[in-house]
Amino acid sequence: MKTTLKILTAALSALLAFTLTLTPAAAQDLKIGFVYVGPIGDHGWTYRHNEGRRAIEQALGGRVETTFVESVSEGQDAERVIRKLATEGNGLIFTTSFGYMNSTIKVARQFPEIKFEHATGYKRAANVSTYIGRFYEGRYVCGRIAGRMSKSGVVGYVASFPIPEVVRGINAFMLGMQSVRPDARIKVVWVNSWYDPGKESDAAKALIDQGADIIAQHTDSPAPLQVAESRGVFAFGQASDNRAFAPKAHLTAIINDWAPYYIDRARAVLDGTWEKSDVWGGLATGMVAMAPYNNDLMPRDVINDARNIEEAIKHRRLHPFAGPITRQDGTLAAAKGETLDDKTLLSMNWYVRGVEGKLPN
Amino acid sequence: MTAGLDTVALVLLTIISAATPLLFAAVGELVVEKSGVLNLGLEGMMLMGAVCGFIAAVVTGSAALGVMAAAAAGMAMALVFAFLTLTLLANQVATGLALTLFGVGLSSLLGLDYVGFPVEALPKVAVPLLSQVPFFGPLLFNHDALVYLSVAMVVAVGWFLGRTRPGMVLRAVGESHHAAHAIGHNVVLVRYLAVLFGGAMAGIGGAFLSLSYTPMWAENMTAGRGWIALALVVFASWRPGRALAGAYMFGGITILQLHAQGLGADIASQYMSMLPYLVTVLVLVLISRDTYRAKLKAPACLGRIFHPAA
Repeated sequence: MKTTLKILTAALSALLAFTLTLTPAAAQDLKIGFVYVGPIGDHGWTYRHNEGRRAIEQALGGRVETTFVESVSEGQDAERVIRKLATEGNGLIFTTSFGYMNSTIKVARQFPEIKFEHATGYKRAANVSTYIGRFYEGRYVCGRIAGRMSKSGVVGYVASFPIPEVVRGINAFMLGMQSVRPDARIKVVWVNSWYDPGKESDAAKALIDQGADIIAQHTDSPAPLQVAESRGVFAFGQASDNRAFAPKAHLTAIINDWAPYYIDRARAVLDGTWEKSDVWGGLATGMVAMAPYNNDLMPRDVINDARNIEEAIKHRRLHPFAGPITRQDGTLAAAKGETLDDKTLLSMNWYVRGVEGKLPN
Repeated sequence: MTAGLDTVALVLLTIISAATPLLFAAVGELVVEKSGVLNLGLEGMMLMGAVCGFIAAVVTGSAALGVMAAAAAGMAMALVFAFLTLTLLANQVATGLALTLFGVGLSSLLGLDYVGFPVEALPKVAVPLLSQVPFFGPLLFNHDALVYLSVAMVVAVGWFLGRTRPGMVLRAVGESHHAAHAIGHNVVLVRYLAVLFGGAMAGIGGAFLSLSYTPMWAENMTAGRGWIALALVVFASWRPGRALAGAYMFGGITILQLHAQGLGADIASQYMSMLPYLVTVLVLVLISRDTYRAKLKAPACLGRIFHPAA
């Protein structure tokens, strides 16, 4: 019995020594931790955050060291992971999903000297900033392109959940499309999932069968693109440039580019200038970008028009939600000359005119 | 008019492809349950089939090898299940659940480098002449080989269970393993073979998802289809023909609810999305109630552990 115990202790201490040697000596000025909700290979949301992390390493090289934990479920698990990153000496921690909000706030309270950055949330603290992209700006550009490229004037929209972020995207797309094609219609199918390739592809097929000749999506898999490719209609990618999946259908995609923001924030911590903030960055800051326009499919003038719209939004000459905007029920949401403010955008729960079907609530 | 017909044909085509993976998994599980074994690991076996089939198809460039690899992967998973439950006599329900969880994790790990990798979809095999018939031609005779195979399997399994001697032995084992044992049948061997067949079918069902339905690999891409297939077996009261009808009905509900949304039907999409799963839950509740078993014609020894009498 005693010998067993001895062997066990010896084995344990050997293991401990081994793990200790695995942990590199802290030569860097700053350690940065990331918490991801999905796998880094999802080709969507988490993939883009990981690209941001890699960009920090490239830009700040020897001064920082980054680590990440992927596929962390939202809830108790998240708190444990965030706390672990905090105790491991990370000076800056990015938590990259809405559901990490409460865990981030809770852990941040216990580690006031560590800076936290929470994506898409609305709770902040002295050491917790929030950030999110104005993806609707990209959707307006897509809508504009759809207006020029569609023959039937009907767009099929594969949507995830009826939350303001998604509804805002549908409306922005519609307003962009209506700016060149007033009779535009959007058919929406909710698949009630962020990620279900089978269902997303079924939804795209149903929409094409009902006359849509352009597919837009606010779900994370490239399945709708593949359907568009095989049925010979056009489509827009989501979060990443997914042209490889549908070279004859993929017109462009909205890309979430967190790199500039992440590098900025890391540098701010290094320089000691980090302050709590709430950033909603769009095309202008580069947090939202358009994938290369597919010039095999789009005529030159359509590409030029899209670039002009992009520039106009960047330089604030154009706001996607500038009036007049009419709601689906015929009431006026913004008169001519008015622009919807961020607060209205963040809580949007109505369709603009031209979107078909009833918004599930 | 022709345009209308074409649309109907397109919708029906979508329903067929939505039903095919369910049908494979359900027909396999039907044979497993007929032999008296309840394998809840369908989802895990389908995922392993999906990922291994995809990897094999990418690496070798051959879709046929992909499908074979998928069947082999499903069988490998089934073998683990069979060893644990038939040789080591572990609890079937717990082992099946573990198999699903294991399959979800292992398939994600194996597929790590293949996420977001495009692959050619399985080629369509048009039946000469018949595929030229208007409406019915493209609807029934212009699919990829797996769709034909799924229907052929239903016929084959129906014939095997109802008309052949080994099929009757399998049913006897499922109805009363002690009696079958007493008259000299090798209960454990029969069950091993049935479980392996179920694994192969689930694997091919998974491969249909990753090679034909949405030709790509994505983590957890079966999204609950294994559970629906499991319910389908009960729903079909262990008859292959009814499993076919059930699979097409489930596929139909899924597709038609999407169409109803696109047409602007005033029913909350959440209810519609729930529907197939609601039926699944109901049926799974029924399966766990002993009094219903007899009525539903469940194999009498379903899920019971077999100790050969000493």
